Amino acid sequence: MAEVPVEHGLILAAILFALGLTGVLVRRNLLFILLSLEVMINAAGVAFITAGSRWAQPDGQILFLFILAVAAAEVSIGLALVLLFHRSRKSLSVDDAIGMRG
Amino acid sequence: MLSLLWLVPAIPLAGFAALALLGNFRLPRAVTPIVGAGSVGLSALLTVLIGAQYLASPPAGSAYTQTVWNWMAAGGLTLAVAFRLDALSLTMIFVVTFVGFLIHLYSAEHMARDEGYNRFFAYMNLFVAAMLVLVLADNLLLLYLGWEGVGLCSYLLIGFWYREEANGRAARKAFLVTRVGDAALAVGMFLIFVQLGTWNIQDLMPRAAAQWTAGSAVALLAAALLLAGALGKSAQLPLQVWLPDAMAGPTPVSALIHAATMVTAGVYLIARMHVLFSLAPAVMLAAAVIGAATLLLAGLSALVQRDIKRVLAYSTMSQVGYMFLALGAGAWSAAIFHFWTHAFFKALLFLGAGVVIQSLDEEHDIFRMGGLRKTQPLTFWTFLIGACSLSALPLLTAGFYSKDKILWDVWSSPAGGPVLWAAGLAGAFLTSLYIFRVVFRVFFGAPFAKTQESSPPNQPGIRVRIPLLVLAVFSIGAGFVELPEALGNMPAFSDFLSTTLPALTVMAAAPGSEVFLEIDAAAAVLFGMLLAYVFFLRRPGLSDRMARTPAGNAIHRFWSAGWGFDWLYETVIVHPYVRLAARNKNDVFDRLVDRLVTRPYTWLARISRGDFFDRIFSWIADLNAGISRALGALQSGYVRWYAAGIAAGAIILIAMAVLQ
Amino acid sequence: MILFFLVLWLMAGAFLAWLAGRWRPALSRWISIFFPAVQAIVLVVLWLQNSAPFGAVPAGRWWAEANQPWIPQLGAAFHFGLDGLSLVLCLLTAALGTFSVAASWKGISERIGFFHFNVLWVLAALTGIFLSLDLLLFYFFWEMILIPLYLLIAVWGHENRHYAALKFFIFTQAGGLFLLLATVGLYWIHGQATGIYTFDYMQLIGTAIPAQTAFWLMLGFGLAYAVKLPVVPIHTWLPDAHAEAPTAGSVILAGLVLKAGAYGFLRFLIPLFPDSARAVAPWAMALGVVGILYGALLAFAQTDLKRMIAYTSVSHMGFVLLGAFAGNAFALQGAVVIIISHGLSTGALFILAGALQDRLHTRDLKNMGGLWSVMPRMGGFGLFFALASLGLPGLGNFIGELLVLLGTFQVSVPAAVFATLGFIAATVYSLWLVQRVFAGKYAGDGKAADLDAREFLVLGAQALGLLWLGLYPQPVLDAVRPALVNSEIRVSESCPQDKLFLSASAAPMHPGDDDPPAILPAPGIWP
Repeated sequence: MAEVPVEHGLILAAILFALGLTGVLVRRNLLFILLSLEVMINAAGVAFITAGSRWAQPDGQILFLFILAVAAAEVSIGLALVLLFHRSRKSLSVDDAIGMRG
Repeated sequence: MLSLLWLVPAIPLAGFAALALLGNFRLPRAVTPIVGAGSVGLSALLTVLIGAQYLASPPAGSAYTQTVWNWMAAGGLTLAVAFRLDALSLTMIFVVTFVGFLIHLYSAEHMARDEGYNRFFAYMNLFVAAMLVLVLADNLLLLYLGWEGVGLCSYLLIGFWYREEANGRAARKAFLVTRVGDAALAVGMFLIFVQLGTWNIQDLMPRAAAQWTAGSAVALLAAALLLAGALGKSAQLPLQVWLPDAMAGPTPVSALIHAATMVTAGVYLIARMHVLFSLAPAVMLAAAVIGAATLLLAGLSALVQRDIKRVLAYSTMSQVGYMFLALGAGAWSAAIFHFWTHAFFKALLFLGAGVVIQSLDEEHDIFRMGGLRKTQPLTFWTFLIGACSLSALPLLTAGFYSKDKILWDVWSSPAGGPVLWAAGLAGAFLTSLYIFRVVFRVFFGAPFAKTQESSPPNQPGIRVRIPLLVLAVFSIGAGFVELPEALGNMPAFSDFLSTTLPALTVMAAAPGSEVFLEIDAAAAVLFGMLLAYVFFLRRPGLSDRMARTPAGNAIHRFWSAGWGFDWLYETVIVHPYVRLAARNKNDVFDRLVDRLVTRPYTWLARISRGDFFDRIFSWIADLNAGISRALGALQSGYVRWYAAGIAAGAIILIAMAVLQ
Repeated sequence: MILFFLVLWLMAGAFLAWLAGRWRPALSRWISIFFPAVQAIVLVVLWLQNSAPFGAVPAGRWWAEANQPWIPQLGAAFHFGLDGLSLVLCLLTAALGTFSVAASWKGISERIGFFHFNVLWVLAALTGIFLSLDLLLFYFFWEMILIPLYLLIAVWGHENRHYAALKFFIFTQAGGLFLLLATVGLYWIHGQATGIYTFDYMQLIGTAIPAQTAFWLMLGFGLAYAVKLPVVPIHTWLPDAHAEAPTAGSVILAGLVLKAGAYGFLRFLIPLFPDSARAVAPWAMALGVVGILYGALLAFAQTDLKRMIAYTSVSHMGFVLLGAFAGNAFALQGAVVIIISHGLSTGALFILAGALQDRLHTRDLKNMGGLWSVMPRMGGFGLFFALASLGLPGLGNFIGELLVLLGTFQVSVPAAVFATLGFIAATVYSLWLVQRVFAGKYAGDGKAADLDAREFLVLGAQALGLLWLGLYPQPVLDAVRPALVNSEIRVSESCPQDKLFLSASAAPMHPGDDDPPAILPAPGIWP
C-alpha cells in the first residue's frame, strides 16, 4: 500500500479538530455542540492513529479504542443532561444556560 | 483690711455663680438686682476701705501682694493666682467697682422689663470679676485670663439679645477681632517667657531692663506684640472695627464695657508694662502715632453718625486714642489720669443716652429727636455736664484737666512733639464739635414726633437718677486731683501714681508756654462748641431762637449779609469735611478686612467642605470598584464564552510550550 | 495583680451586661454603668495612694507592675505597668465610659445587652492598651478595639453607618498591619543583636538599630498611631465615623480612641526610636500645625453638627502631635493636659449633639437655631463647652494649649506662631457653632424638652472637670511629669530641625538637657 504521509494525517486531524472546535463555539443547539465535540474527539483519534502508524506501534490504535469508550460514556451523560435541560427549559439553545453570571 | 483684697474680685464672681445657677429656679425678679448690683456695690465699698487704708498707711514698697492659691508648677514655670495692689491697680479697681456699681444700679431699672434680666446681671458680674482679675493680676498669665474673660463677657453681652442675627454677628466680630490681638499678645508672652524666664510682672521688668538693651530687636518685638494685643482690646487702628458695631448690646453694657473699662484694658497693659515699652522707643512712637491717627479718624467719623450710641462709640475710640498718644509719648500718669476722668464722663454720657433712647421707645437716630431739654431736665443737665467734660470745657470740668495734661505732656516730652500735639489739639476741636452736635440735636429744638409733645415720657426713677447725678459730680470734680502748674500746681494724682509709674521727664520749656498751650486748647474747644452751635444754625427751627439772642442775632446778620463766608464755609471747610468724614464713616478697614480676610476664608472653607484628602481615598476605593466591575464583566454567563476562553487559553499554553 | 483586675473587671462587666440584656435590658444598663464607675473609683484611690498629700510618691518608675508569662517560646508575656500617664488615661477611660453609658440611657432601644457588651469591651481593650508593656500584648489590645467599635457604628449608627464603619475599619486595620510588621521587625533585630527574642518593652528600649532600619520601623509604628490620632492626610475616616456613630460610640471614639494614638507616640514611638523621632520631629510638628489649621477650617465649613465637632477633634489633636514632637517638658505636659481636657470637652459636645439629635431628629445646622429660648440649660452647657473648645483661659484646654505653645516656642518659633493662629481659627468655628445652634430666632413649633437630670449631671461633671483642670492642674502635672521624662526629644546642637526652622535665638535650653534618657527620674532635675 502507498504510504500516507504523516503530515497529511495530522493536517486532516487538525482540520477536523478546528472544524469541531468552531462548531462547539458557534453553534447554539446543544445537540450540535455535542456532535461537534464528537468531531473533535474523533479528530484527536485520527491524530493518534496517524502517529501510531508513523511509529509502527499499535499504541495509537489502542488509545483510539480508549477514546471511543470515553467518548461513548461522555455522550451518554451529555445526552442525558441535554434531555434534562430540554425538559426544564423547553429549549435546546445553550444561550439559555446563563444562570451563573456575575 | 488689705488682706481682704481677694474678696474684691471674688464677690462679683460669687454673684455670677449665684445668678447663673440659681437662675434655674426662677429667682423672684426683685432678688436679682440685689444680688447683681449688691455684689459689685460690696466690692466698691471694700475697695474704698482698702484704698483708705492704703493711703493712710501705705505698705512697704507701696505695694501689697496676696497669693490666693498656687496655680501650677510645670517644670520651669511656676505660677500662682496672686493679686497685687499698688497705686495703679488701686486706681483701676476703684473705677471699675465704683462706676460698675453705678451702672449696675442704673441697669436695675433700665433693664427691668427685659426677659433676660437674670442673665444680664450674671454676665455683668462675671465681667466685673474678670476685669478686676485683669487689673489686679501680678503675673501675665493671670492677666491674660482676665483679658480673655472680659472679651468673653463682651461677646456675651453684645449678643445679649440673641434672637436678632445682627447682634450675634456684632458679638462675634468683637470677639474675633480682639482675639487677633490676643493671639499676638500670647506670642509676645511666650517670647517674654523664653527670654526672661518668668511671667511675674514685678520680676520680669527689672530683668528686661537688665538683659535687653533699649531698641534691641527682642525688646521691639516683645513690645510690638504687646501693643498689638492692646490695640485689639482698646479698639485702636487697625483693630478698631468692632467697637461701633458693639453698640448692638444694651446701653449699660456699652457704658461699662465699651466706654469705661474693657477698652481701657489695653491702656492698663501698656502702663503696667511700661518698663518694657521704655526699652522700645520705636514701638512707643508707633503707639503715639496710632493714638493720634485714631483720635482724628474717630473724631471725624463721630461727626457724621446718626445713631447716638455710635457717636459715643467713636468718641470712646477717640478718647482712648488720646490715652495711647499719651502712653506713646511716655506720659504714663497722664494717660491714666485721662482714663480716670473719661470713665466718669463717658459712662455718664452713655447712661444719659440710654435714658433718652428708652424714653423715645428705642429711637437711636438723633435726627429723629429734639427738644428733650424740656421733657427730661435731669437727663439734659447731666448729659450736658458730661458733654462739657468730654470736650474739655476749660477750668470747670474734669476732662479739661486730663486732656490738658496730655496735651502739655505730649508737647514737652522728648518722645512727643509739636506734630502730635497739633493732632491732639485738632482732636479737641473735633470732640467738642461732634458732641455738641448731639447735644443740640437731641436736647434743643422742636421735638421730632408730635407724640413726644402730647404724651411726655416717663421720668427716670431714683435708681437711674442717682448714678447720673453722682457721675455728673465726678465729671466735674474728678479733675481737681491734678492741677497743672499754671493753675495751682497740685500734681496729687501723678504723685500718687509715681510709686508705680515713673514721671515724665519733660524737656525744658519756655516759661509761660504751658499757659499758652492751655489757651490754645481752650480756644479749640470753644471754637468747636461755637461751630456746633453754628452748624445747628443751618437747621430750620433753631435759627429763630438764635436770632432772638443778641449775640446770635449779630452773627446771623453778619453772615446773612453775604460776606462770602457762606460760600467759603461750604467750599473750603464743610464739603471736604463732610466728604472726609463720610468716607471714614464706612470704615475702610472694616471693608478691607471683609474683603481680604472674611470672604476668602469663608469661600475656602466652603470649597473644602468635602475634605480634600478624603477625595484621594475615595478615589482609591472607586478605582478598586471599577477594576472589580471590569473583571466582573468577564463573568458573562455564556457557556460558549467560557468555552472560547478555555480554547484560547489552551491554544496559548500549547503555543508557548511548542515555540519554547 | 490590680492591673489584671483593671482589665478583666471590664471584660467581666461586658459579659455580664450581655447576659443581663437577654434577660432584662434595664439591668444591662445598670451593670454597664456600675463597672466603669467602680473602675474609676479604684483608679482615683490608686492615684491618691501614689501622690503627695495622702500617700507617698513612688520611687521607681512604675506605680504598679504585673508580669505573667504568656508565650514563653516567643518571648511574649502579660506584662502590665502603671505610671502617672497610664493612670490618668485609664481614669479618663473609666470616667468617659461611665458618662457615655449614662448619655445613651434612653437612646438605644434594640439589642441593648449586645450594645453594652461592645461598649465595655472597647473600654477594657483601651485599658489594656494603656497598661501594656509588652509589644505583642499591646498589639493584641490595639486590634481588639476594632471589631466592637465597628459593630457599634454599623449596628446602632445613623444613616450612613455602613460606609463609615467600613472606612474606619479599613483605615485602622491598615495602620495596624504596619504596626505588626514593625513590631516583628523590632523583635527580630533585637533578637539578632542580643540573642534574646522578646517583645518586652523595657528590654527593647535602647536596642541598637542601624539608622536606616530604625527609620522604617519607626514609620511603621508611626503610621498606626498617625491613623488613630489622627494626623492630617490620613484623618479622613474620623469625620464619617464620628458623625455616624451613636452617642456612646462618638464619645468613646473622640474621647479615648484618639488618645490611644497619642499614647502610642508618647510611650512607644519616641522612647524606642529616639534618634529617628528627633530626625522626623520637624515634619511631625509641621503636620501638627497643618492639622490645627486645616481641622479648624473644615470645622467651620460643616453643616452637620457632629462632623463639625469631629473636625474640631482633628484640630485639637494637631496640638497634641505638635506637643509630642516639640518634645520638651512643657510641650509634653501640655499634650497630656490637652488629651484629658479634650476628652472631657469634646465628649460633652458629642453628648449634647446626641441629645439634640434625639430631640430634633436632625444633625443639620441649617435646621437648628434659636434653641436658647427653649432649651436654656442646653444652651448654657453648649456655650461652656464651645468656649472650652476655643481655649478660653480658666478651662483645661487653655492650660494644655498654653504649655504646648510655650514648649514649641522654645523649639521652633514659626511653628508656635502658626499654631497660635489656631486660637483665632478655633474662635471662628466655636462661636459659629453657638450662633448657629443656639442664637437667632426659634423657628420650630412647640417645645423641645430641655436637659433632664441625668444629662445635666453628666455634663455638669465634665464641666467641673474642665474647670478643675483649668484652675488647678497641679495634681495632673505632678502625676504625668515623671512619666514623660523618657518621651522627651532632646534638642541638641546638631539637630536637623535647626536647618528648617529658626529657633528662638537666646532660648535657654531645658535644664538637664545633657543627661541621658533616664529610666528612673533622678532627684533634683525637677524643681
